[in-house]
Amino acid sequence: MTTLVDTINRFARKVPTWVVYLLLTVPIPLFFYMAATGGLGVEPINSLEREMGEFALKLIVVGLMITPARKYLGLNLLKFRRAIGVMSFVYVVVHLGIWVALDMAFRFEQMWSDIWKRPYITIGMVAFIAMIPLAVTSNNLSLRRMGAASWRKLHKLTYPIAVLGVVHFIMVQKVWEREPMIYLAVIIGLLALRYTSKQKETGVGVRG
Amino acid sequence: MAHRWTNTLTSADITPKSVWMNRRSVLAGLAGAGALSSVGGVATAEGELTPNTLEEIQSYNNFYEFGTGKGDPAANAGAMDTSGWEVTIDGMVDNPGTYALNDLIGDMTTEERIYRFRCVEAWSMVVPWNGFELADLLNKVGVQSGATHVGFETAVMPEVMIGVQRRVMDFPYVEGLRLDEAMHPLTIMATGIYDEPLANQNGAPMRLVVPWKYGFKSIKSIVRITVTDEQPATSWNTINAREYGFYSNVNPEVNHPRWSQASERVIGGGLFAARKDTLMFNGYPEVASLYDGMDLAANY
Repeated sequence: MTTLVDTINRFARKVPTWVVYLLLTVPIPLFFYMAATGGLGVEPINSLEREMGEFALKLIVVGLMITPARKYLGLNLLKFRRAIGVMSFVYVVVHLGIWVALDMAFRFEQMWSDIWKRPYITIGMVAFIAMIPLAVTSNNLSLRRMGAASWRKLHKLTYPIAVLGVVHFIMVQKVWEREPMIYLAVIIGLLALRYTSKQKETGVGVRG
Repeated sequence: MAHRWTNTLTSADITPKSVWMNRRSVLAGLAGAGALSSVGGVATAEGELTPNTLEEIQSYNNFYEFGTGKGDPAANAGAMDTSGWEVTIDGMVDNPGTYALNDLIGDMTTEERIYRFRCVEAWSMVVPWNGFELADLLNKVGVQSGATHVGFETAVMPEVMIGVQRRVMDFPYVEGLRLDEAMHPLTIMATGIYDEPLANQNGAPMRLVVPWKYGFKSIKSIVRITVTDEQPATSWNTINAREYGFYSNVNPEVNHPRWSQASERVIGGGLFAARKDTLMFNGYPEVASLYDGMDLAANY
């Protein structure tokens, strides 16, 4: 186990972060290509919209795993966390763009009423808006200007964003589906880990 | 008895795309003036009806017994054996009983009906059904006086139905119509599409088609028809009454809590499929008289 972790850590140290940006960008044109050529079925717009949204949620989950992975497994992937977070925002933007341009075809009046009247769209929109300040401050300059403490505090917004994102996903379904519930369980688990480790730190002072 | 409703829409009526594209832009102008709802329906629709391809109709389905994904029914429904199919007719009928399908419908006059099909999820298709009027079947089994409603039930075959195994909702799937809706000449029992027997994912061997209602009313793979004097329970209404009413007539003006019903996307248009305005009663204004004096916002 330790050797495997060491190997991964050594490898991760050598991989520049732009590689992660690049790898996480590739699926976007790939999915669009599939949608345009029939690979996503006869109704590609809805499929594409969902694929992008789900990919964003996946990245948010992976981003939430970075800290516990270091704490409990000794995996040090911290340097990729920003790339993962920024790319999750990119996927949300693509997801939203598909809704606006392809799904709703710029019917602004209908979109506007949907945002207010349909709770799952409202929730999704709130999550998107909450991600904007995080995306904007995902650079070293912002980190320096804000100071590490307040920057970290702001980026705790990721937790409610993850919850809103998965609730949005659950509510899109007409019945209780398994897949979104698995996401919910994982996200709750990851947030609970933070809560318990905080308890430990402030209480007995045990370090992982 | 059949042929009471004449199908004015056939493939031969299809207007060249360039023409209806222009017509659509004219209509868009009318919609801006708030005139669309009054001129909507058949007048606008004839030129626009292009049946979807069989591949589209057979690959994009909601049939939760076989899974909740749009491709699940096509992937999983093949395992359903529809040979030896039986349908039970019960309730307020003169000739109740369990019939072999062919004994029940073998003498019906089958005709083609090219109908718009509008899903509550705000997508639509155009389907060239083959079927017969439900009224003919009901008359054959003899509806007794005092009956007001008809209930329908889908087959439950847990061993081949993955959605039933996973209990994604309560099964059997049930639906219902008011008797006058059921007797309307637009209401058919479909047994085929494009002159081929129904694919299992489309509701083989026999399904209901009520073109002015959201698609979930058009119950698939029917094993029971019950004539009653009370409004039957319907599956989606039981799950979520606020979202799915008993009537569920296509109505662009009545807001659904989940989807705006003002517009729809026609399947088959690819990545840049245009949304089009949804028509009142899905473009079948001849059914409006069934609901005279009813508040359609309250009876959604």
